[in-house]
Amino acid sequence: MKFDQIPKPVANPTEPLNREFWELCKSGFLHFQRCDDCGRWRHLPRHQCAGCGSPHWHWAVSSGRGKLFSWTISHMVLHPGFAGEAPYAAIVVELEEGVRMVSGLRDLPVEQMRLDMPLEVCFEQVTENFTVPLFRPASAGQ
Amino acid sequence: MSKGSIRGQVAVVGVGETTYYKRGESPDAEFKLGLQAILKACEDAGISPKQIDGFCSFSDDRNDPTRLSAALGIPTMRLSVMQWGGGGGGAAGAISNAAAAIHAGYADVVVAYRALAQGQFGRFGQGSTAAYAQGERAYTAPYGLMSPAQSFAMKVVRFMHDHKIGPNTLRAISMASYHHAQNNPRAIMYGKPLTEEKYDQSRWIVEPYFHLYDCCMENDGAAAIILTSPERARDMKQKPVYLLGAAQGSGHRAGAPVHNAGDYGSSNFTQLTARMYEMAGVTAKDVDVAQIYENFTGGVLMTMIEHNLCTPEEANEFFKLENLVVGGKLPLNTSGGNLAECYMHGLGLQIEAIRQLRGQSTNQVANAKVALAAAGPMVSPVSTCIYGTEEVL
Repeated sequence: MKFDQIPKPVANPTEPLNREFWELCKSGFLHFQRCDDCGRWRHLPRHQCAGCGSPHWHWAVSSGRGKLFSWTISHMVLHPGFAGEAPYAAIVVELEEGVRMVSGLRDLPVEQMRLDMPLEVCFEQVTENFTVPLFRPASAGQ
Repeated sequence: MSKGSIRGQVAVVGVGETTYYKRGESPDAEFKLGLQAILKACEDAGISPKQIDGFCSFSDDRNDPTRLSAALGIPTMRLSVMQWGGGGGGAAGAISNAAAAIHAGYADVVVAYRALAQGQFGRFGQGSTAAYAQGERAYTAPYGLMSPAQSFAMKVVRFMHDHKIGPNTLRAISMASYHHAQNNPRAIMYGKPLTEEKYDQSRWIVEPYFHLYDCCMENDGAAAIILTSPERARDMKQKPVYLLGAAQGSGHRAGAPVHNAGDYGSSNFTQLTARMYEMAGVTAKDVDVAQIYENFTGGVLMTMIEHNLCTPEEANEFFKLENLVVGGKLPLNTSGGNLAECYMHGLGLQIEAIRQLRGQSTNQVANAKVALAAAGPMVSPVSTCIYGTEEVL
């Protein structure tokens, strides 16, 4: 396989809670853990609420809406899967529920990124077992 | 119960460095480099290496104290302490751990050290090229986010936006290091001055703020610092430099993955500096010279603000080259630092703080009495030390 044909890395967690997060992405909705006792949302998946300490939680559907919290454009190729894409943007999105996640950008030239601009989630199926959440500018009226 | 303090309880008596090399260019094995730096520090202090009875390091240094003790013929090893986590953010931590052990009586003469030969071993801080990502990496690698430059750039983006700080501040930080390196024959970038044009035209590592010259170098070599009690220091060769205060750690959920830290746009020093200044009995106004770890220039900006050396509102005016060089408001990274002297993961900056207080710097600040040296911005834990001359005690 040529250098620029090697695929991007795929999330393949061995730990059950993390596996559930990625499995739920296949539903087309973003899910985060929410504390049953204090209602806090959290990410990354973990067994206990960092706010109130409760071990009780459920997976809750996120609105998928948030804002561009930070970004960077990489000119280095750190993994051969990105050889054809540099320079490319990696972003941090702060969801309406308060949690942040790292993601990638769709449907927006990187020059038009502005901090705090509204974004919404979209999904791309990368392999049969891996669907990745990405973000694009929020559609009008939302 | 009285509050503990290290102020004036421990003295730095020896510093040693090998020749510094570009990454992969050391002719010597890493262990030999480590030994060379320790022997030079002993020579500087005027002691036999057999007097060392304790070792402190950081960032998983590969050269462990048992091997070093055997090689140096040390009769009794009483201390072997590794600062856990934070990579180069442990450089000042290794020194404060050495100081704590001396004050507690665990050891009498302790060396803090770091050795690197990245041709012999792998490069520091490189991402994985694996096809599958697990743990925290599963949430970043699919997006191509896999290097410190990228993650730290995002903290700097948020901080500079929130405080309306412009990019010329970062250029000034980079140029201060290069400016000082031109007087330092130890520096890798000695004889290689940096101009504004050269900085502006240098290639991007990551946008929007990190050009090539905003990023630390990658080097081989070794550095060592010897500490002991003030009583023992009196009989040694150099004028003692005293640790006034030190702090290590980070704030609430500073390392919350991925990018979920509450205090996101931060160098992670916000909770440390008050502790350190209070212990030292000095304030930011007393600092004569600052050695601030440059993994990336944006981290220096945040570290200095979080050490109260300037306010966010003052930053655009303060971070100008003329303010940051010897003779300016606050000389910064007077050896050339991690950008232009050597990236010994921050231990070189601690040595430069000590040289300034001995009056031995190649960019000497006149009458320097208090020197600050901070390690590791934006990682967790970070660490910071403040040193003073005898007259400050």
